[in-house]
Amino acid sequence: MTAGLNIVICIKQVPETTEVEFDKETGRLKREGVAAVINPFDEYAIETGLRLREKHGGVVKAISMGPPMAEQALRDAIAMGCDEGWLVSDRVFGGADTWATSLTLAKSIQLTGPHDIIICGLKTTDGDTGQTGPEMAEHLGEPCISYVSQIGDVKDGKITLKRNLDDGVETLEAPLPLIITVSKDVGQPRLATLRGRLVAKKAVIKTITNKEMGMNPKELGLDGSYTRVTKIFTPEPHAGGEVIEGTPNQLAEVIFQKLKEAKIV
Amino acid sequence: MSKPVNVGDACTGCGVCVTACPFGAITIVGGRAQIGDACRVCGACEPACPMKAITIKKSDDQQGFAEWRGVLVYAEQREGRVHPVAYELLGKGRELASTLGEPVYAVVAGYGLDKAADELVKRGADKVIVYDHPTLATYRDDPYSQLLAEVVRGLKPSIFLIGATSIGRTLGPRVAAKLRTGLTADCTSLDIDPQMKVLLQTRPAYGGNIMATIYTQNSRPQMATVRYKVMTEAKADPTHRGEIIKKTVDPAKLQDRVRVLGFEAAKEQVSIVDADVVVSGGKGLGEPKGFELIQQLATALGGAVGASRPTVDEGWIEYRHQVGLSGRTVRPKLYVACGISGAVQHQAGMKTSDVIISINKDKEAPICRISTLAAVGDLYEVVPRLIEKIKESKAGGKP
Repeated sequence: MTAGLNIVICIKQVPETTEVEFDKETGRLKREGVAAVINPFDEYAIETGLRLREKHGGVVKAISMGPPMAEQALRDAIAMGCDEGWLVSDRVFGGADTWATSLTLAKSIQLTGPHDIIICGLKTTDGDTGQTGPEMAEHLGEPCISYVSQIGDVKDGKITLKRNLDDGVETLEAPLPLIITVSKDVGQPRLATLRGRLVAKKAVIKTITNKEMGMNPKELGLDGSYTRVTKIFTPEPHAGGEVIEGTPNQLAEVIFQKLKEAKIV
Repeated sequence: MSKPVNVGDACTGCGVCVTACPFGAITIVGGRAQIGDACRVCGACEPACPMKAITIKKSDDQQGFAEWRGVLVYAEQREGRVHPVAYELLGKGRELASTLGEPVYAVVAGYGLDKAADELVKRGADKVIVYDHPTLATYRDDPYSQLLAEVVRGLKPSIFLIGATSIGRTLGPRVAAKLRTGLTADCTSLDIDPQMKVLLQTRPAYGGNIMATIYTQNSRPQMATVRYKVMTEAKADPTHRGEIIKKTVDPAKLQDRVRVLGFEAAKEQVSIVDADVVVSGGKGLGEPKGFELIQQLATALGGAVGASRPTVDEGWIEYRHQVGLSGRTVRPKLYVACGISGAVQHQAGMKTSDVIISINKDKEAPICRISTLAAVGDLYEVVPRLIEKIKESKAGGKP
């Protein structure tokens, strides 16, 4: 293999808090004044990419699909240590579901040059789907490994890694190029350095629009999506029971009686 | 590219739709509502308009899917044992299928599946498609997604449900992308729209702070991954009859790029998802050592240890213990929350537990509002006494 790995990290800009306020009268999401950050799960993807580069050399490109303001997320990724930032942004990309998003991302990654590995976060904190990575794998015709917890060797065009399943940990070997989604177990993301911030400030963010991609707009954004949101609402709070106060012994006794009542003890 | 939302001449520019739109996509331009790019076609504006000027073009070709019939359930299995989420999907699948007057199918892939296939029939499948071959003994995305796509192309089910387990959440998108159809992740509720006869897929987003109902348009099947421990399991009915169709598997025709080198089973005897009792600790423990007390109570109750997200983020306990939206959903008979305030995200992972007991110093904590019994006190004083009482009763019960 040639020197170094071509590493692509997919990131998304999300609201800093998921506690989006919901105006019950108008039924509208209040998003004003909520800061936008890199999806926290994606920071683990960046960390994984940077560690791979430290070990094997190469280039780490961060790519993000979103509105023009998502450029800041790419600068933050560069401040952490990524080499390049690519913004995939066009009005026709708007309103995309995971199918249309993964298709757009797959096409634009191909425009950034060759890649050996694409790394995604486990899911985003706003959409919570975790589907974009595996769907992208189908569009690119590459294998995908989700929930990666540890990266092992990369050699002879192959990678070994561990991934979390519900009932244990699997060790896998896959050929490059491939797509992985990483869990928090891959290692704590580093903080941006001051030097990184300076580099990020001056970095040129490259933009990909549909002009470069040349796709039929019908395949993109809302029009290219197979799913439609038909209703948004706030979840019903769970109805509660009794609240008790008293001495620790009294409390323990009431709880114990409740356990007996529920036939737990 | 025009949106399917149309503003007719009856529009007076009153602005009611502007406030009705959850996405802030509508503006009044020149005395008339204009639908902007932020529009997600959610439909909130249509009924809100007092002039009935807004119309949403409903997907016109739902009728073109008449040949797509039935509810297909993916039966995940390990070593021939079907994952219980598949029985939950068969329970829900039967309900949906009855509403539509259509059959229920199951598909299972693996090795040594005779018992599994029989069980799936008992749980209500009218037809079970079986891929039974040594090469499928271990789950791999490539061959499994290829076979599931093949089944769907042949069977043409209108609905395809997959359990939102680790495997389901990675298999589902692979299959959906192969089939060029939509997929809704991690649904917690499924219904049939009475008019459109389409599957309404409801799921949490924004960390459980909002719920979104989604439908699949212009493609079939309507695919969803469904959260484990949310739907009610189909009970086994030995009198139920169904057809078992064994498919031939040709390993040479299967795509298979990833090799499984090993599997290390998790150490815990009971995972939090399967435990009847879950005792969880939160930041109120004050320090990582606090989980020792949680473990003692869990042991006394024969349960598993859960944790809130902040304790996992702090590194007090491993991620697999995390209960909540970004962790696991649990539905035990008893959930004991110690020192957990109960953010919505945590509630999303435990609120369907049969009995919820919380021990918390703050009686205003959200957890108190959803607890069957909320004890306001210091967990370090209450829990040891509770453990004592449980031990005493056990000793008394078995002289």
